Amino acid sequence: MEDATKVVQSFLFSGKEYVCVMEIHDDVPESTLREVMTEFVGEIYQKPPLRASVKREPRKRFIYQLNLHEIEGRRVLFSCSCQAGTYIRKLCSDIGEVLGCGAHMRELRRTCAGPFTEDGGSVTLHEISVANSEFEAGNEGPLRAIIKPMELALSSIPQIVIRDSAVDSVCHGANLAVPGIVKLDSSIEQNRPVALLTLKGEAVALGRTLMTTQEVLDRESGIAVKTERVLMERGTYPPLWKH
Amino acid sequence: MQAVVPWAVQREVFTKAEDVTDPKYGCQPENRPMPLHVRYGIVNVDKPAGPSSHEVVAWIKRMMKLSHAGHGGTLETS
Repeated sequence: MEDATKVVQSFLFSGKEYVCVMEIHDDVPESTLREVMTEFVGEIYQKPPLRASVKREPRKRFIYQLNLHEIEGRRVLFSCSCQAGTYIRKLCSDIGEVLGCGAHMRELRRTCAGPFTEDGGSVTLHEISVANSEFEAGNEGPLRAIIKPMELALSSIPQIVIRDSAVDSVCHGANLAVPGIVKLDSSIEQNRPVALLTLKGEAVALGRTLMTTQEVLDRESGIAVKTERVLMERGTYPPLWKH
Repeated sequence: MQAVVPWAVQREVFTKAEDVTDPKYGCQPENRPMPLHVRYGIVNVDKPAGPSSHEVVAWIKRMMKLSHAGHGGTLETS
């Protein structure tokens, strides 16, 4: 909501988990099916389907896990943890192609997107409506519980904690220099999405790294992060020269 | 054979400098007063199959009188 809308972008970088029912077009022994599915764990190539809003070029996606749960005749129930932007429908049809007989996706449910899980706090529109009515009547409890801080969406990307004195300039779009850094994740790589947070845990901005963790630890100066999306309102922390 | 999913990896943090935060400015996310909590908030909606995500967002905006809201994507439909 409001400013948290920008955080949604980083959330799109995170992976997703799905549960899927795939139907294969012939009877295939379980061992063959398992063997073929194992081949799809790791790096795969996918060309986005006709109705996608992205460029229709083959692209690399990462499948972290593929777990076969149940087989009933030609219907296969499996779960999949994968990089954002992976088309499960395409995965099913590619599995079918490798099997030789073809396959298609029958049913799909996303069980989590990064830190947001199905049974870990998803709410129905009805529940939102009830909580909102409560809030308007003076009881903020239910609505407060339903709404998560936007920082939760940042938990799956690397984080860097910055000094109070560096906050306001980042809020104005300035890049982050090494002296402004207090703490950082241990294995940050170059040219990766990163979240900048205050010592109180508030999201300040999203950016892209220009240095690795080791470079930041070794150096006393230089630009560590290119600020890309400011999340915090300017003036929340005072500008440096006012101290 | 299976990799650990990135959101399940335990975060290891290194300290570069010592610093404390001034309680006069800013606010821990968990202590935000309601208007700020909503403004910087995210709701995980179990959306029914009928309305589009866009319609759900519009509905929430109208109900809660928000000037701006968006969504982080939905499931591809079968």
